[in-house]
Amino acid sequence: MFTKGTKRKFSDPGEEPASSGDPGPAAPSAAARTLSSSYSLQRQSLLDMSLIKLQLCHMLVEPNLCRSVLIANTVRQIQEEMTQDGTWHIMTQALAAAQCPADRLVATEVLCRQTDAAAQAGQSPKPFSVVGLQEGYHSEEVVMEGDVETEVTMSSLSPLSPQLSSASYLTGPFEVGPCWEEEDEEEDHSESSEPSLMSEHSRHPALEELFSDVDPSYYDLDTVLTGTPKMGPYDLLESLSSHGPTALSSSSSCRSDLNELDHIMEIIVGS
Amino acid sequence: MFALKLKESSPVWVFYCFRFFCTLLIVVVNNYAMLTADIISTVEFNHSGELLATGDKGGRVVIFQQEPESKNQAQCRGEYNVYSTFQSHEPEFDYLKSLEIEEKINKIRWLPQKNAAQFLLSTNDKTIKLWKISERDKRAEGYNLKEEDGRYRDPNSVTTLRVPVLRPMDLMVEASPRRVFANAHTYHINSISVNSDHETYLSADDLRINLWHLEITDRSFNIVDIKPANMEELTEVITAAEFHPNQCNTFVYSSSKGTIRLCDMRASALCDRHTKLFEEPEDPNNRSFFSEIISSISDVKFSHSGRYMMTRDYLSVKVWDLNMETRPVETYQVHEYLRSKLCSLYENDCIFDKFECCWNGNDSVVMTGSYNNFFRMFDRGYRQDMTFEASRENSKPQSVLKPRKVSTGGKRKKDEISVDSLDFNKKILHTAWHPLDNIIAVATINNLYIFENKMN
Repeated sequence: MFTKGTKRKFSDPGEEPASSGDPGPAAPSAAARTLSSSYSLQRQSLLDMSLIKLQLCHMLVEPNLCRSVLIANTVRQIQEEMTQDGTWHIMTQALAAAQCPADRLVATEVLCRQTDAAAQAGQSPKPFSVVGLQEGYHSEEVVMEGDVETEVTMSSLSPLSPQLSSASYLTGPFEVGPCWEEEDEEEDHSESSEPSLMSEHSRHPALEELFSDVDPSYYDLDTVLTGTPKMGPYDLLESLSSHGPTALSSSSSCRSDLNELDHIMEIIVGS
Repeated sequence: MFALKLKESSPVWVFYCFRFFCTLLIVVVNNYAMLTADIISTVEFNHSGELLATGDKGGRVVIFQQEPESKNQAQCRGEYNVYSTFQSHEPEFDYLKSLEIEEKINKIRWLPQKNAAQFLLSTNDKTIKLWKISERDKRAEGYNLKEEDGRYRDPNSVTTLRVPVLRPMDLMVEASPRRVFANAHTYHINSISVNSDHETYLSADDLRINLWHLEITDRSFNIVDIKPANMEELTEVITAAEFHPNQCNTFVYSSSKGTIRLCDMRASALCDRHTKLFEEPEDPNNRSFFSEIISSISDVKFSHSGRYMMTRDYLSVKVWDLNMETRPVETYQVHEYLRSKLCSLYENDCIFDKFECCWNGNDSVVMTGSYNNFFRMFDRGYRQDMTFEASRENSKPQSVLKPRKVSTGGKRKKDEISVDSLDFNKKILHTAWHPLDNIIAVATINNLYIFENKMN
């Protein structure tokens, strides 16, 4: 499974261990392999960094698709390795334990938003689901509906964090938001949403089991990529890293979930 | 006009020697009262090499023209001076997606010259424009119905008729947009390439490639589409595309996974199935979490002969023989010393920098940029590589460009630079080589350097 086989190099002593070059311990055989703690630290730090970069992608006015794809692939790679390791399960369990206090953070976040027009402009783009000008909305629609269905269903599986799941329900449909609502009368959604839901499950059966008591949409990479931050970057840092939130996240957290605010407003207004 | 003249002087190097004769963009900007030298985003010589076009982040195109060789300095080629400046693209706002569309010029490609005027294609993220650059050096005088200042004369005051005559005037270079090719790309355009048939061209974005006819702006043919049905399954994007220089049915496109696909448009209308797939197997010894990112190809260029193509990934330049798909025939390490720094380069996003590469006129030398304003040349025949720096301090008039070296070992020799002192904010992403002469254009972030090679 691990075919890395390279010794880890510490050729830049000026940097902290977590950020040095190739993480890859010599692994003669799976049985004899033990993951050194510094390798898993490096890997974890790389995962955190990558997820932050992906989150920030949503903030930019013009997300660079190539960069997003490359970062997402890196995250997938780490995710796969950690799943094989068994450390993925450990991490998500730790996250689940930290979930409940995080719920309140999400709620507060929803309330204190900047209504910055520029930031709002930055909200609409997701790295991948860009609606074409001359093509129909059809293909993007399927993706978005898949998101919606996924989130609604999964949030019903997570009884431990009802507040979080309601937050995810709020974010889910909005992310699909304007385009989806416009196309409402034109398409029959129910048919197309089921297949994508099915494919979602079949793709990561093991992961679904692991995440059944955790808000799975965060760690479902695909959902992250399609721009549905269930937790703001503030929460991400809080739960994952021991360093706590940085200045970077605090500025982006205010801009991150304007979609949620709009959707809440819609519900309140009753449209 | 600010320019530096050269004098003869003895070369330092046996093989390649560079004299400095340069028009700095920033100086030209001062002379022409432009506000700031904006970030240069593309550099391209035309087919004769007489004109050099640059595009910048502000949507402007500046064209330099080589002066004819002066008689008293026969071996000194003419210097490049500003010929024309125009605003190619303006910032736009996509109301549908609430997105700003940057006016930054991503690529410029010249059309082969057919008449007195010059034509070029320039593109930003979404729209390609065909510009006509023409000279006007004569003016008609003596109209019957118009005064010299343009006011119309009262027809009753006309008593005699005369034939207007053409009189010389100061040269005026006009740029006018002739075609606008819009609304065909959902994603960001990264490449345009004029076909050898001189009638069509392709434009490539992250997921699709379209084929256009230069005369037709309201439609294009989609020839490559790698967009998955479910965007969540997206793992690979198109990074560059180019038409073959001789075969009008052949083009290549590179991907973020380090593959190059050669397609034949005769095979099918939609070239989703490649004719050839060029991919080098990964070196298991160098495997890391960054392997895929550094294998992503940032530029692909056919050789002038059409026999080879060159690709640039983060750490190396590879030359491929079109007849061999399994591995490149030559690999040149641009800055291998960065391999141990990949994590910090990932952190500061430098790992996503897209360096371009170029061939010289006879395909014997390839060139690409690096950090610290270094640029590298690899001579394929003599198997030599050289590093030079483009900076004002090192580029005084009548000086020879000194080759630079980055020290990779423990001991740093005199004049060498250690890897830790490299400035990663100073990067040379765009370089161009004159198609016939040994003249190169190298763009740092804000400045353009033009160097000439004097061979003895």
